[in-house]
Amino acid sequence: MQHIRAHVLICAGTGCTASGAKRVEAALQEELAKKGLDKEIKIVETGCHGFCEAGPLVIVYPEGTFYVRVQEEDVPELVESHLYKGRIVERLLYKEPVTHESVPNYNDLSFYKKQQRMVLANCGHINPEVIGDYIASGGYEALAKALTGMSPTEVVAEVKKSGLRGRGGGGFPTGMKWGFTQNAVGDKKYVVCNADEGDPGAFMDRSVLEGDPHRVIEGMAICGYAIGADEGYLYVRAEYPLAIKRLRIAIDQAEEMGLLGENIFGSGFNFRLKIKEGAGAFVCGEETALLASIEGKRGMPRPRPPFPAISGLWGKPTNINNVETFANIPQIINKGSAWYASIGTEKSKGTKVFALTGRINHTGLAEVPMGISMREIIFDIGGGIIGGKKFKAVQIGGPSGGCLPEQLLDLPVDYDSLIQVGAMMGSGGLVVMDETTCMVDLAKFFLAFTQAESCGKCTPCREGTKRMLEILNRITEGNGKEGDIELLEEMSRNIKNTALCGLGQTAPNPVLSTLRYFRNEYEAHITEKRCPAGACSALTGYSITELCKGCGLCKKSCPVEAISGEIKGRHNINSEACIKCGACIAKCPFKAIIKG
Amino acid sequence: MSKDQTNQCCCGGNNEQFAKLDEVLVKYEGVKGALIPVLQEAQNVYGYLSKDIITRIGEKLGIATSQIYGVATFYSQFHLKPRGRNIIRVCQGTACHVRGAKAILQALEDNLKISAGSTTPDLKFTLETVACIGACGLAPVLMINDDTHGRLTPEAIPGILAKYA
Repeated sequence: MQHIRAHVLICAGTGCTASGAKRVEAALQEELAKKGLDKEIKIVETGCHGFCEAGPLVIVYPEGTFYVRVQEEDVPELVESHLYKGRIVERLLYKEPVTHESVPNYNDLSFYKKQQRMVLANCGHINPEVIGDYIASGGYEALAKALTGMSPTEVVAEVKKSGLRGRGGGGFPTGMKWGFTQNAVGDKKYVVCNADEGDPGAFMDRSVLEGDPHRVIEGMAICGYAIGADEGYLYVRAEYPLAIKRLRIAIDQAEEMGLLGENIFGSGFNFRLKIKEGAGAFVCGEETALLASIEGKRGMPRPRPPFPAISGLWGKPTNINNVETFANIPQIINKGSAWYASIGTEKSKGTKVFALTGRINHTGLAEVPMGISMREIIFDIGGGIIGGKKFKAVQIGGPSGGCLPEQLLDLPVDYDSLIQVGAMMGSGGLVVMDETTCMVDLAKFFLAFTQAESCGKCTPCREGTKRMLEILNRITEGNGKEGDIELLEEMSRNIKNTALCGLGQTAPNPVLSTLRYFRNEYEAHITEKRCPAGACSALTGYSITELCKGCGLCKKSCPVEAISGEIKGRHNINSEACIKCGACIAKCPFKAIIKG
Repeated sequence: MSKDQTNQCCCGGNNEQFAKLDEVLVKYEGVKGALIPVLQEAQNVYGYLSKDIITRIGEKLGIATSQIYGVATFYSQFHLKPRGRNIIRVCQGTACHVRGAKAILQALEDNLKISAGSTTPDLKFTLETVACIGACGLAPVLMINDDTHGRLTPEAIPGILAKYA
């Protein structure tokens, strides 16, 4: 066997590929060949590290040196210096945003230090297109253990005891759900994986599917054994082409090795998986809508009961879980429910993957034990707010969730504590906002989203969200009326109580939670016709600061002649005449014109 | 969408064009829940779903045309009008929203001189918005065909468009 003295890991996730990872890889291959190092140094394409912000990412093992934003021009130096002479290339190391220190080693980055990567353990460390990599890291051991040493009832009991709750949003106990489907009467049962990750701002499912697809497949197969299903579907949104490609490869490889198909591990258990591509409808993340979509119909929810566990896909008992839920299963079977239940809080066990985005220094995926405080996630792992601005709020749970203001940052994050403060875990998207984000505009953003994605089946969601959006539009345009806030609250209550599905019932949440914590911003918009964050353009005035050199470009660009001033003297905007078109800001070479 | 828009079809009655569709239909014969994959593949072949294509699929699968129309108009992926050679999808997700996605869309609309949801008269570009591409780490982002472009600024838009013109 050839001796490989170093491995160069290149992230080939969506983020890094968009930042040029493929070009870096090609350059690296060429450079290694040129130097005659291609026999002793191996390039490995990996899945997502969850640190897309700093991509393309390159890690050199055995040292574990972590290089960020590597471009093809950097490759000759990287090869010459690090791989040839053994000297770390200082300028390509990650620099901590607060201390400005450069960090050579992967494990020492503040972004990774506080994380507990279990579901994401393999992401970024194995080649997701090679089943051998997954098996070498302990993959499919759990399936073997379940099939050869445990009865289906024992598997369900183990998942129940682990305390695992659904990671897709609602947080329903997974073991209980499995138990319902196991006990349901039916000649045919199905396992369905919900990979229709539609929440704007969430991408953990995408990263797991792209970086470690076998973990999900193994979890689904174990579920199939437990509930008595021999067929499963992965419903993946079409916006994730790379995830679909990697899943196809993974399913083919698993079938080839006999890990899917007939008589797996000689146990007599058969299990096959199919991929269904979504066709672009947010509501299909709701389980009954998702099933309708697999059946080739319009993806509209139906009332429950009957729950899918009793009557699901084509009327057969069906167990649906989210990607991250299935990805948790192999380790529960391998290491035992007691181990799993030792992580997390009393009612929320294990870890949760959060997608950190927005006005934050470290955008990316953070897997942390349940019960950690929001402050630790945002400031220790996330590296704080961009540009040292002031933290204002964090939106958790996407369009169904709510926002948490500064005073709730020390709240331990778990399913129940979030519900208490008017937010929800949702899929785990965290969008961080600073003082420049307008909370009314944010609520409007989410409502515009749910309104556009409403399937139209039930009136409260179809009509109610539309009327609420109209009210929010008029508030942000400066035409808010006395009583608008109360009307919003009343409509929110009605929609929550009467909408057909979970998406409709939670659609008013962003409005209710911004009203709960930032009511003053709504009032400022309505009574003072002012946007405190300076984000709503209809309510924002423009002014010219002392940076003005008097060049006159703004005066020429103004379509309504609202700017006055002499050449070489500071200009002035007449706010009465100004139509806030922004033309002057775009023209000013000195950045002297500000909104606010 | 009105019916006459779907009538503007360039492939009506062209049997050679239907040959590819028939291949797809044979592949899915007897498969349960095949309608959506069939529509997806048909759209891959023809670029959009014309009235003739929908009618033919209905005949072959034994599904009412009205039902197919219902499914095709429910999902944002399906198109009943011809589309541009390059499909631009601008992300309007939360992460992109707080990092300036509005200005990116504005820049695209200004450059292409069309509004979101429409196609340039020369059929070069179709401009669409999407809820989230899931590349939030690079916000604001857009996709042109299968390429993802991230960390955008309005100033970068003309250069990106030029690559596809």
